[in-house]
Amino acid sequence: MTCDVDVVIVGAGPAGMAAASALAQYRAKVVVLDEQGEPGGQIYKSIETVYRSRPADIDFLGPSYFEGDEIVKKFRAEDIDYRPRSTVWHIGSDISFKRRDVFYSRNGTSNKLRPKYIVIATGAIERPVPIEGWTLPGVMTAGAVQSALKTSGIYPSGKLALVGSGPLVLQLANQLLEAHIPISAIVDTTPTGSISRAVAHFPRAITATDYLLRGWKMIKKIKKSGVKVYQSSSNIRVNGDRCVEGLSFISRGVGLNIPVDVVALHEGVIPNTQLTRLLSVDHAWNKRQRAFFPILTGWGETSIAGVFVAGDGGGISGAKSAILSGEITGRMIAQKLDLINESARDLPAEEARLKRLLDTGIRPLLEALYPAPDWIAETSNETLICRCEEITSGQLRTVISQGCYGPNQAKAFLRCGMGACQGRMCGATVTEIIARELRRSPSAVGSYNIRPPIKPISLGELASLQDV
Amino acid sequence: MFSRLTNIIRKPVRIYFEGELIEALEGDTIASALLAAGVTDFRHSVVSESERGPYCLMGACFECLMEIDGIGHQQACLIPVRDEMRICRENAKRSIVDDL
Repeated sequence: MTCDVDVVIVGAGPAGMAAASALAQYRAKVVVLDEQGEPGGQIYKSIETVYRSRPADIDFLGPSYFEGDEIVKKFRAEDIDYRPRSTVWHIGSDISFKRRDVFYSRNGTSNKLRPKYIVIATGAIERPVPIEGWTLPGVMTAGAVQSALKTSGIYPSGKLALVGSGPLVLQLANQLLEAHIPISAIVDTTPTGSISRAVAHFPRAITATDYLLRGWKMIKKIKKSGVKVYQSSSNIRVNGDRCVEGLSFISRGVGLNIPVDVVALHEGVIPNTQLTRLLSVDHAWNKRQRAFFPILTGWGETSIAGVFVAGDGGGISGAKSAILSGEITGRMIAQKLDLINESARDLPAEEARLKRLLDTGIRPLLEALYPAPDWIAETSNETLICRCEEITSGQLRTVISQGCYGPNQAKAFLRCGMGACQGRMCGATVTEIIARELRRSPSAVGSYNIRPPIKPISLGELASLQDV
Repeated sequence: MFSRLTNIIRKPVRIYFEGELIEALEGDTIASALLAAGVTDFRHSVVSESERGPYCLMGACFECLMEIDGIGHQQACLIPVRDEMRICRENAKRSIVDDL
């Protein structure tokens, strides 16, 4: 079978845009499929709309948002077949296992593409934070609150609590303060001793002083604002009958209860591995980030030849590094397509790698300052871990004690991970709980098998496929 | 629960939620238009039929599944509003009798 295109890139965030631009400049035939209506991914979401129709809002969204303008403009300037509002629901081999088809749905119709190379640039999701009451309407992720600000300029108007740990909490708090949106409380779950944890990592972070400076400014602004910050918080529970009414937690050993209307949760981000799991490429567990990521070569190639991952989907490094990894992957594929020679591939890639090394200098420090939560496996028996099928951690612990030894057995026992989100919201938690209960490593426990379609499609959309 | 930030100059769009008219703005997703209109309860869960609303607003959590123009199971956070759109809560618990 002949190929329709040179490269299909899934995702138009920083990594996908950079890979597409790098390839298009050498005249590769590139198709970019993205679920959203405009390029930018989650980090630069709606950036074109904001510039066009709400330029005044650029100020409060801050520098790490409008930095995206450059890459979006570059992406738009190249000759790229960009297909927004396309939902990729399967990547599957033909009978020879030599080529893979990318199946996607757009405007109610499904299509498939047969590329020579595939770049998965589906980025990250926020780590699901299973606590009691987290299914009540009004509980969202910090990223969701930020996303609502970016796309539609809407903000929580009731009592808002930011709950969690990490740079995104600081950033969102700063954006809200800058826009004069009141914050009732910041319930900071960062464990004590962050400075002593982090001190060893400062030297390497010197290569990324702009982040240090930005972080410092954000912390200062929050302190100056007078917003109540509850430090070293734990045992968080959202209270309410039909929607959020309050929040209870322990801060520095003291039990507290505060009234709230909207809760913005955040405990870091993890790679979105839905497509790499579907393809069954090799994954490994990152202990510090407490997440699985696909194992990649220095060029971003997975254990399946011709399938690449660029950006945070391959491990969390942030937007700037995602752009650089997209460029590196783009050059490798351009060389494989015989559009450039090896030196045209290697020299710029070396430069990009060096920039990436400097940019990621901040990561060990961030991971030490804001460690990935180690309490997820200890979530109370009453907590719903699978939001779709409404399975509690107690139910999971019961079946583990009865001999369930892995996430896929848990599916068969309980249906967790078999609802609409297909395990996106419980997969990480289920792995952590099984690992803890059986005293095994998360990599030994593994994760859910992911099956197509990875997004729900109608029978009509399936039937609309031609030549299958 | 949510308010609009500024007087954004965008075209108004008329949508209907559970038969009631809601003034949205061009460029809104269904989820943001409903949040701005004070809707918190987007669907009822499949097991306990408890109220649910958007959690991630990026297409991953599937908590904003709604019936849009007669077609169920659609992610309200990914779909932009269009004039005359008819949106209903998804009461996802199905029974064979209801469907017959």
